[in-house]
Amino acid sequence: MARTAVLGRLEWQFGTVAELVMETPKVASLLLDVPDWMGHLAGQHVDVRVTADDGYQAERSYSISSPPEDSRLAITVERLDDGEVSPYLVGEVREGDKVELRGPIGGYFVWKGDDDRPVLLVAGGSGVAPLMAMIRHRAANHLKTPTRLLYSSRSYDDVIYRAELERLASAGDGLTVAHTLTRMHPPGWTGYARRIDSAMLAEVAWPKAQMPIVYVCGPTPMVESAANLLVDMGYDPRSVKTERFGATGG
Amino acid sequence: MTAQQSDMKLDGNAIGGLLREIFAMEMTTAQGTCANCGTVHMVGEVVVYLNAPGVVVRCPSCDYVQMKIVRGRDRYWMDMSGVRCLEFSV
Repeated sequence: MARTAVLGRLEWQFGTVAELVMETPKVASLLLDVPDWMGHLAGQHVDVRVTADDGYQAERSYSISSPPEDSRLAITVERLDDGEVSPYLVGEVREGDKVELRGPIGGYFVWKGDDDRPVLLVAGGSGVAPLMAMIRHRAANHLKTPTRLLYSSRSYDDVIYRAELERLASAGDGLTVAHTLTRMHPPGWTGYARRIDSAMLAEVAWPKAQMPIVYVCGPTPMVESAANLLVDMGYDPRSVKTERFGATGG
Repeated sequence: MTAQQSDMKLDGNAIGGLLREIFAMEMTTAQGTCANCGTVHMVGEVVVYLNAPGVVVRCPSCDYVQMKIVRGRDRYWMDMSGVRCLEFSV
């Protein structure tokens, strides 16, 4: 592991919300100005802490969706109505507000772009956020790493970064994006319309002989199912990196 | 285990911040040897539950409890009896 992994103590710091982007009706990206941000790697996350008037604190982890190259730090948050933190971040927070965070955190679920192996990204819902940081990092550096994203959403309107993914995939530089919609799909939908299964992975995933590196992120049941299917297909378990958001997140 | 409990299952990525507090280092790339089955896993891969009074870390191979971590107001309690060896670079 590179020496850059040794980062010292983590300090809580404040970022200012410079811009709010509603990605879908329930998902927002918060673009933050964080003074003295030390930089990050695609795939890392931050811990966010909110403090109530009575001093009660709640902490959650959110993946960074911006690439290391951007001047602003972006997190993409799905609002969960029974959550403690996400209803504040999606719905309450306004531009100019301060958000307390610490990071970057993580070294296991990162992609640096310095590796020739083809990349398979498998996302469920807002689990696409750290994978988007990888895709944006790839684009910002004009990397040609063969990359496939298989992205599962509930419905067409729930697809986060839809237009940007479409634009990046049409560049013809080795990125392909396959969508599957698990609950509802619009008339004339030509993508997949079911949960991720072995037939789908057999069509989308790289042949195992190409030694792909895989990042799977999303709700726990989806992550475990997809990772198990890939291992059943003969993928080396060590090449399948996973990040579970749990059932709810928060 | 109920379906609800299994949905609470997270992985070692979720305690990257907590372990940085304690070790002052990135620890999700550290390798832990299970004291029960001997399998070596990266900390990023281990099974983590945050919904207990403390953090419970289990082996992804045999489900043995590897670590229990409780954070108090001004101290930590760490039971690492389920990890035979924790290896990390400095």
